[in-house]
Amino acid sequence: MAAAAAAARPAGGDAAERPSGGSGSLDSLLAAKEIVIACGPGGVGKTTTAAAAAVMATLRHGGKVLVLTVDPAKRLANALGLEGIGNEERRVPDEAFRASGLKPRGELWAAMLDTKKSWDALIRRHAPDEQTRDEILANPLYKNISGRFVQSHDYIAMERLYEIHSEGDYDLIVVDTPPTRNALDFLDAPQRLADFFSSRLLRWLIVPYRSRLVNVATKPFYTIADRILGTQFLADISEFFILFQSMYDGFVERAEAVGRLLSDRRTTFMVVSTLEGVPLREAEFFAQELTARRLHLGAIVLNKVLPPYLQGAGAAGVAEALKDRADELAGSLAPVLGSIDGPLGDPDQIRRVLTEVAESFLNFRVVALREAEEQAHLGTVPEVVATVPFFDTDIYDLAGLARLGEQLWD
Amino acid sequence: MTSLLDHRLLFVTGKGGTGKTTVASALALFASQQGKRVLVCEVDAKGDVSGFYEAPPTRFAEREILPGLFAMTMDTEASLREYLKLQLRIPVVGRIGPLAKAFDFVATAAPGVREILTVGKLCYEVRERTYDLVVVDAPASGHIIGQLAAPQAINDLVKVGLIRTQTDWMLDILSDADTTGLIAVCTPEEMPVNETIELAVRVREETTVRLSAVVVNRVLPELFGRQEEAVFDALTTAGPAEDLAELVGGDPRPVLEAARLAVTMRRTRSTHLERLREGIDPEVPMLYLPYLFTRLHGLRTTRQVAASLGEELGY
Repeated sequence: MAAAAAAARPAGGDAAERPSGGSGSLDSLLAAKEIVIACGPGGVGKTTTAAAAAVMATLRHGGKVLVLTVDPAKRLANALGLEGIGNEERRVPDEAFRASGLKPRGELWAAMLDTKKSWDALIRRHAPDEQTRDEILANPLYKNISGRFVQSHDYIAMERLYEIHSEGDYDLIVVDTPPTRNALDFLDAPQRLADFFSSRLLRWLIVPYRSRLVNVATKPFYTIADRILGTQFLADISEFFILFQSMYDGFVERAEAVGRLLSDRRTTFMVVSTLEGVPLREAEFFAQELTARRLHLGAIVLNKVLPPYLQGAGAAGVAEALKDRADELAGSLAPVLGSIDGPLGDPDQIRRVLTEVAESFLNFRVVALREAEEQAHLGTVPEVVATVPFFDTDIYDLAGLARLGEQLWD
Repeated sequence: MTSLLDHRLLFVTGKGGTGKTTVASALALFASQQGKRVLVCEVDAKGDVSGFYEAPPTRFAEREILPGLFAMTMDTEASLREYLKLQLRIPVVGRIGPLAKAFDFVATAAPGVREILTVGKLCYEVRERTYDLVVVDAPASGHIIGQLAAPQAINDLVKVGLIRTQTDWMLDILSDADTTGLIAVCTPEEMPVNETIELAVRVREETTVRLSAVVVNRVLPELFGRQEEAVFDALTTAGPAEDLAELVGGDPRPVLEAARLAVTMRRTRSTHLERLREGIDPEVPMLYLPYLFTRLHGLRTTRQVAASLGEELGY
């Protein structure tokens, strides 16, 4: 099996054409890495791809594998044989593997990121005392930041990843990234947070509410800020940051550590996309950015790729013939089909079917050709480029995830 | 329910990859073709909208890119500057440096400020009646709730001050179902359908905005009726397939297989469509747009989608 796969990979010829890569496999990439971060545009199957990769690592490599998702999709939980996935890691039961006819070599665990709970846990960890902790948890601004507004996702996802990784309970962690407005937000989040808490402006804002002494230099700012935001709101802001300052060192240190983990040798990025124009542009931009930031771009996964038989010129000729000669062909086929079952022999109906079949083929062929062309001109090519064919049914169990995973693997 | 184009402010959202920007661009184009003065505003700032009209990149200052169709890109800092100038008469020229820094800071410290400036600018255009219709290429469905709920959130958070008085009139505009509507774009696939159903619930529970329509994008054509499918099935059996091969002088199997794939795809998608229809309030109209095989973006696509939208809207 392994020999056949190796033989099927034209390592030499391929490498000569694309010296930068394209010759590796997800199999070896995942064997080498501890953290895989799946990223890319929305709606391309990121979560499912991440889960499929984790399932494959569990089946083939063994050890303890965790899939950490930000997507609250019930279906993924069901596919993993879990009632639901929560903030705490849960083990995928062996029965779920058995029911799908699979024998895992290791353990598969799953967790879903709950932003609010993760923030609360972070506060509990860093708060210097119980009173500060409770005051922060009750602060209206904190509640808003942690619960309501989505930007906080970016940081907390990476923070949670760091937390789990540093506990050392897993051999491999596969994480899918939050659907950020800008796919890169989550990369900058740790640094942004560190900058934010060390900003001079922050101290500046807090001071007058502490000392109640407004000096001349800062007065215009407060006059405007007061008029726009109202004194109470400003007071809420400063209370929040005064409380937060007690955790400042811990936070900044932590944010920097998270940043280091992302660029660690043991971490790799897997960009997921389809071959459609807009998502692919976004994925390419992302791959470029990762490279520019010296982060490890390990793999590009191209999802929902149409079957190659659609591109054949011979088949296109047949489709053209079906369309152009539909009348004549229907006449010839009518007795054949009629002999199977009387009503099937209606030439008019056969003509319509032949025309529809031909049109449908020619339509999908255009899409398939366009996508093949897109793939041939990918800008940044990492070691692993995996394509996953279009699945005409949805994935609802581990067997489905493994089927998808097989396509990724070699 | 007010017909879609009679609204004055339409937010278009959807799960990533469903064609949210396509639909927003096409809707704005169609409305302008009906003689309306339309502003289309891109909030995500990915720069896609200009691509859908083959126009130069859009900026905060709106520009007429096609007759009656104006486009702009949201920029919260520019929005703040405009707001200060118009509402507070605070002179900002020459002092925008420190102000921008302070603003950036407050916006990071107090999330919701950016959202309120976005919604504020849009509501302002509606209130001033500069346009008949403002179409917003809004954030994806994961983010839209935060955007639409921002005035209410700020209202809860800020008790006094100018921001507070500002959110009141914004809420009036957003809560009026004849004025403001939300359009959710979906494709007939599992995840987008789930997300759209969840979105409908959250919009009802967490915002004051009404879901005005669901646009189902990329609907595959139905190849066969029931009897035709029986003919197709018979054609794919060994005997007739061989006859066909001989008649056309080539292997018809890839062509037949492709049709089989199309039929299966369409069938899987129909079950998701049914789920969508059941999961959404029956009063919310559904508009269906066909899958376009030849092109997926660019002005040509926008025109085709606009025409399909027009048909679905009964024009």
